[in-house]
This record gives sequence, C-alpha cells and structure tokens, in this order.
Amino acid sequence: MATRPLRRGPATDDRRRLLVTPEGITLALTLATRGSRAGALLLDLVIIVASMIATTLALLWIAGGVGVSLDKAAANSATGHALQFLAICWIIALFLYRNAYFLFFELGPRGATPGKRAAGIRVAARDGGRLTTEAVIARNIIRDIELFMPVLFLSSASQGGDMALAGWAGLAWVAVFVLFPCFNRDRLRCGDIIAGTWVVEAPRRKLEQAMSVAPASAGASVQTGTTYRFGEPELAAYGEYELQVLEQVLRENRPEAMREVAATICRKIGWDVGQGDERAFLDAYYTQLRARLERGMRFGQRKADKYAGSGKHTGSGKNAGEG
Amino acid sequence: MTDASPSFSQRVSSRVGGWFTGAPEQAVAAEAAALRSDRFRLEREGEWKRLDRIVTAIERGRLRRITDDDVLALPALYRTAASSLAIARDNSLDRATLAYLESLTQRAWFQVYGPRASLWSWLRGFLGGGWGAAVRGIWPDILIALATMVAGTVVGWVLVSSDPNWYYSLVPGGLADERVPGATRAVLQKTLFGNQDEDGLSVFAAFLFSNNAQVSIMAFALGFAFGLPSLMLLVQNTATLGALLWLYNGQGLLPDLIGWLAVHGTTELFAILLAGAAGIHIGRSMAFPGEASLLQSAAAAGRRAAVVMTGVVLMLVVAALLESFARQLINNTGGRLAVGGFMLVFWIAYLFTWRRGRSSATGSG
Repeated sequence: MATRPLRRGPATDDRRRLLVTPEGITLALTLATRGSRAGALLLDLVIIVASMIATTLALLWIAGGVGVSLDKAAANSATGHALQFLAICWIIALFLYRNAYFLFFELGPRGATPGKRAAGIRVAARDGGRLTTEAVIARNIIRDIELFMPVLFLSSASQGGDMALAGWAGLAWVAVFVLFPCFNRDRLRCGDIIAGTWVVEAPRRKLEQAMSVAPASAGASVQTGTTYRFGEPELAAYGEYELQVLEQVLRENRPEAMREVAATICRKIGWDVGQGDERAFLDAYYTQLRARLERGMRFGQRKADKYAGSGKHTGSGKNAGEG
Repeated sequence: MTDASPSFSQRVSSRVGGWFTGAPEQAVAAEAAALRSDRFRLEREGEWKRLDRIVTAIERGRLRRITDDDVLALPALYRTAASSLAIARDNSLDRATLAYLESLTQRAWFQVYGPRASLWSWLRGFLGGGWGAAVRGIWPDILIALATMVAGTVVGWVLVSSDPNWYYSLVPGGLADERVPGATRAVLQKTLFGNQDEDGLSVFAAFLFSNNAQVSIMAFALGFAFGLPSLMLLVQNTATLGALLWLYNGQGLLPDLIGWLAVHGTTELFAILLAGAAGIHIGRSMAFPGEASLLQSAAAAGRRAAVVMTGVVLMLVVAALLESFARQLINNTGGRLAVGGFMLVFWIAYLFTWRRGRSSATGSG
C-alpha cells in the first residue's frame, strides 16, 4: 500500500487540494473519502444511540430507586416531583445527544467527533481561514434533513395506503440531500455548502530516522568492509519513484524484501554482489541515487521514474513535485 | 567513519524516539549525514519536534502543560515548519520526512487557525450583540417570512369560514380534541381557563421545547432547497392558527384565545418567524447569489443564519417555560396579554434596537 507514491495514484490525485493559508503558504490537503465519512458517521450514530440507551436505563434505574410506579407520577408528592425531574432530564439529554454531540466535538481542538477521529478525518474551513463556531453550528443543523427526514419518510412509505406514494416521493426528494456528496467534486454535503467547510484527512505521522546516517551510506559496509561506489550509468537506471520504493523497503527493514530488491537492482545495473550484505549495499545505493537525483532537482532536472529519459526536463521542480 | 554501535543506538532511538522525543535523536549530529538534504533536516528537526509536542498537547486538550514560552513560540514555529516544508519539497526526496512535515504543518495550521473562541466566550459574544446583528442582517427575509405568516393566517381563516370542513384538514387531530366546529362556548372556554391545577407542567415544558426546537430546526434546514419548503411550512402552521382563530371568534372568545396564545405565542411565533426567515435567507442566497459565487454566497448566508438559529433555540426554551408555567398560573386574559405583550416588546427591543455601546462596537468592526 505504501509503495505507491502520492503523486502517482489517480485515486489520491483527484482528492488533493491545494490551500493557500493567509500568510501565503501552500498546504496540501487530502479530502476524506466518502467511505471514511460514512464510517465515521455510523460510528458516531452508534455512540449516540448507545449513550441514549445508557442514559435511559440509568434514569429508569434511579426511578426504580425512588420506588414508585410510573402511574403515580402525577401524584403531587415528593416522589412525584422527583420523577418529573427525571423525565425532564431525559428529554433534555435526548435533545442534547441529538443536536449538541456533533457541535461539542467539532468545536474542540481536533475539529472531529470520536467517529471522525477514528477514521482519521476532520472538519476544516474551505477558504483556508479559521473554522468558526457559526460554521460548525450551520453544518450540523442541516444534519436534520439528511438523517432524520429520510427516516420519517421511510416510515410513512412503509405504512402503506394513501401515505405510501407520498412517502416514496418524499423519500426520493430527500435522497437528493443524502446522496449530495456523491455529486460534487469536493464531496460536500449540504451542511458543508451552507457552512463553507469540507472534511479532510488529518494524518498524524512520526518523524522517521534520517536515511543517510547509516554507516554504509557514506563509508564502508560494517560487515564486509566493502565500500560501494556506483558510477553514473548505474545511478541513471532509476528515478524518484524507485528511490521512494527503496526508502520504504529500507525503513521496513525486512531481510527477504531487501534481498529481493538488491537482486533486482543488481540485475538492472549488471552488478554481482554476494549474499548477506544487502542492507549495506542498498544503503549505499539509496544514498548515492538520492544524492544524484537531489542534485538534479536543484538544477531543475527531475526524473520521475526509470522510464523517464535521463536528464529530461520535466518542467520546473515545483510543478513536478506537486502535480 | 563510525563503528556499529551508533547505528544500533540510532535504530533503537528511532523506535523509542516517538515516545520520549527530544534527547536521543538530537545526538545525531548534522555532520553525520551524508546527504545535504538530510543535514538540512537534522539541523531543524529540534524545532519541528518542539512544535509537534505543543500541537499534540493542544490537540489532547492539555493546555496547562504548555509553558508560556511555547505559546508565544507557536506561530513562529508554525512558520518555520511551513517554510521548511516549502524548501524540502524542492530539495529533498526523503518521502517519510516530507510526509511528516506535511502532516505537522497541517496540524499546526489547524491549531493556529482553529476555533479560537471557546463555546463559552462565543456564547457571551452571541448574547452581547452578535445575535441581534445577525437578525438585523437578514431583515428582508424576516419581512418575507412575516408576510407569509400573515398570509397563511388569513388563508386559514378564509378557508374555514367558507367551508368548515377545511378545519379538520388544517388542524391536526391530536390537537383538536374538543375544539371542533360546532363546539359550545362553554367547552371552548374550558380549554382556555382553569387548568392551573394540572400537574407535570415542567415535563410538559421540556417536551414542548424539544418538539418545537426540532420543528424549527427543520424549517431552517429545509431552506437549503431554495427556501420553498420553509415557506410551505410557515403557511401550513399559520393556517392552523387562522383556523383556530376563526373557531373561537364564532363563539366570541377571540380576545381570550389571543391572550391564551400570546403568553408564549409572541415568543414562539417570533422564533418560528426567525427560523423561517433564516431558511429563506439561505434559499435566497443560493437562488440569487449576486456577485459572489454560489458556494461563497451560501457559506456566508449559512453562517449568519446559524447565529439566528442558535437564538431561535434559546427563544423556544423561554416559550416552553412560558407556555407551561405562566399560562397555567395566570388565569385571566388581561394578565396573559400583558405577559405576551411584554415579551414581544422585550424581543424587539433586544434584537432590533439594543446595540452594544458604539464605542466598544468600533473594536469589533
């Protein structure tokens, strides 16, 4: 999965958006997939329903502790008032679960509900500015016609009779809102349009080790003492894509994968290296290939992959890097 | 240049470094790297990691762990990371580092430009003039909604007076138990007065609020379909009102009914008016975006309408309290009219005429 660089896959390309921050820095954002958004919503709904049930059960349990059956609630006694209070708590809690859950979490520093966090996505302002409270309120108020109305129409449609036809018609109309994200490039739902927001991926990455501090990068192999030096034609065999695949292999550090890659490289450049020292060989080849390609980069010459002609101008470095 | 042990320790530190960021990886001197782009990175990664630490603390909500120095350094660190990213994109082919920098810059950007106001301080600004400003901002839509509601009431009245059978289709059955055409004056009067010993008022209030708020949120949300469903909802609801007015008028109870409704009605109808107007505002901005693009226009309207809607929910809380307490406790038309009238004046004054002192308003403008 990780061997495909970002700039290649058409699947990620049409989800990439460049956003210019107020100080003029270009940030690349990746729109969340519809699948991950649906998954996040489903998870949130499960959490909401579970909390509703838990709250109901807890209140019932407390009511049981108060020790009266519900038909005596109307009695103008202390227990009656206690039960009334519990009923109020229940109605308010259900209202808040339904309406304030999304608000509360999306206004937090991570801009995401628990479901969105689990899916690795978050809400952001489309114009690159601040995500305002008004925007979060606006995008969540619209949820009602996207979630609640279809359920309403579906229930009236399934009842049969005169209402059935109207129900189905209503359902078709509401489906437009539900399926809205499928019909626009930025995967906006109605709430996103109203609020000026979109949902983007929020990756969290750890800083990996620098590659060229391995001993074989600059000097000799620790095991055999061999110093690998590659000439121009050997380094010209590969481009940036292969370099990054190699980086991935080195970071994963699996012996069998490295053996395979080392053998492939040796075949390609016509070398013959003995078994057992693949790590040092690959470290050295990686470092020298990257040094060559980065030197080319500084002079505006990039080589996207092994098929690209050596030294061919692929436009300015910036465009090739982001396109 | 070096023996095996540093390489091993580096590998361990790269594993562990994620948990105890800082010291171990700093040990790798920039000169140890063979590549220019890696030296660039090693020289700067201390600052990136500091930024990472601050941003992670903010994301987890552990604001107390952040020192004042860190807070002050955050914007500068963010710009450093962003410019590092810009340079690295042109200089480095280290994909893991580029990905890290992209994610770090993005996370820091979200914190630097995230919602700065807490919900609490936002609420204070909202009550202290933000709400009124938003309401005044949609005044053309309020006029449209008001006209629609008046028209709906008149239509309801006229329809029922021309054919009383309309009453049954206009007034939902659950509401109209005894209140049907042909009911006697006594029956109708009983529905208006003498319910003060009724129990469970507070539960009733909570239920009313929850129900009304959901309906008004719906009226607003439907504005997305170019405002037409919002208008229809307004007409439908006020036609019911017109039918009721006609019914009580027939028995000479019109002032009493108005008093009965006015206690909470001035607040509730005002709220419905605002919700409908907010819906129309969005629909109108999408149908006629003017100079701006459709999306920009919709977003601007949506944010303004969201403020109005928050106010609507608050008004409905007040309306529900009035409906279940004040109306049952005040058992005469004069008192009810006074309460209703007072609320109406209060809302109009608060939303349309009261503005935060001109001197402080210049700060926000």
